[in-house]
Amino acid sequence: MSLFLLFLSAFLVNNIVLMRFLGLCPFFGVSSKIETAFGMGMSVIFVMTLSTIITWFLYRYILVPLDLIYLRTVAFILVIASLVQFLELFFKKQVPGLYSALGIFLPLITTNCAILGVAFLNIDSDFGLLSSVVFAISSATGFLLAIVLIAGIRERLENAPIPEALKGLPISFITAALMALAFLGFLGFMGLSL
Amino acid sequence: MKRTFLDGIIKNNMVLVLAIGLCPALAVTTSAYNALGMGMAVIFVLVFSNLLVSLLRNIIPKNLRIPIFVIIISTFVTIVDYTLQAYVPPLSRQLGVFVPLIVVNCGILGRAEGYSYKNPPHYAVMDGLGIGIGFTIVLFLMGTIREILGQGIWLSIPEVFPGFQVFGEAFTNSSVLLMILPPGGFLAIALLMGLFNHFRRDK
Repeated sequence: MSLFLLFLSAFLVNNIVLMRFLGLCPFFGVSSKIETAFGMGMSVIFVMTLSTIITWFLYRYILVPLDLIYLRTVAFILVIASLVQFLELFFKKQVPGLYSALGIFLPLITTNCAILGVAFLNIDSDFGLLSSVVFAISSATGFLLAIVLIAGIRERLENAPIPEALKGLPISFITAALMALAFLGFLGFMGLSL
Repeated sequence: MKRTFLDGIIKNNMVLVLAIGLCPALAVTTSAYNALGMGMAVIFVLVFSNLLVSLLRNIIPKNLRIPIFVIIISTFVTIVDYTLQAYVPPLSRQLGVFVPLIVVNCGILGRAEGYSYKNPPHYAVMDGLGIGIGFTIVLFLMGTIREILGQGIWLSIPEVFPGFQVFGEAFTNSSVLLMILPPGGFLAIALLMGLFNHFRRDK
């Protein structure tokens, strides 16, 4: 598959949040304001790209040669957790500007299943390094797009008259359902239909 | 002890109250059977990780506890993953990447940290069972709603059982396809959570 098609597929058609259901906790947890949603999205792009590169090398050059594939779940989660911790310390000391922008989101990212999910998807699809990185960046950009869009809608929903039982999360789920419905339209890009 | 169990099902319900574990709840509930499979896997991991954490609670040093919990949980997740692949390959293919992703279900880490680390083993097991069953019930309901509306059948098992016809042939041929597509997952959980909020407020 050409890299551009891969980008389009991961960014819109198989949007990681709305179509693959990965990373829903931050998608609903930190999407009440556009600013925080944007910060979260940027941190996801950053961490997902780095963690994809690291887990790709870890899998190809350590786990496979040593016949330790059954340890991949344990190995990946530990590597991602330590990467996030390291980035947090590094930013705090060296790049305070970036730290104040992304800092509070970094600890939350360890439990973002999109990061680990993309690492697994890369292996299951047997991607090379370049395809893996493109897939990670476009998936993460798709996450940024989805979370900023829903944050914009939720800001406006605040003043809308909503039935008592649907206030808060349920109405956000309905919003997400309509967004997912709209994203189904992108199937046409790939020459697919339902 | 009975209280611990019941609290896990209703008061601390992972999906409806705490809104945790949403990814598997939406992704694998295209049929009731898949939902049950995912629920069982989570119950297994929760009960055993709770038990082990609780047994080791006096040995695990306080400042190393989170990485140790993560290793314990991912060990049980690996066991589940390989067991499913060996004995029920069709189910394993359907659940796909969401089986290894049980590791990052923050509900499980949350129980280890918030409950098992402070309570004796038999309570920890009851808590794991309660939370796990509460999670499974919600998944099963979602799977049921989506499968019946989306395909007109209920409880179909790939390669084993074609499922009960709910609305008859005519419905199956022109079902609400939307419900088994991604938007249907969001709609089903919005509906369940809305109903749950409504009846809980009345009490």
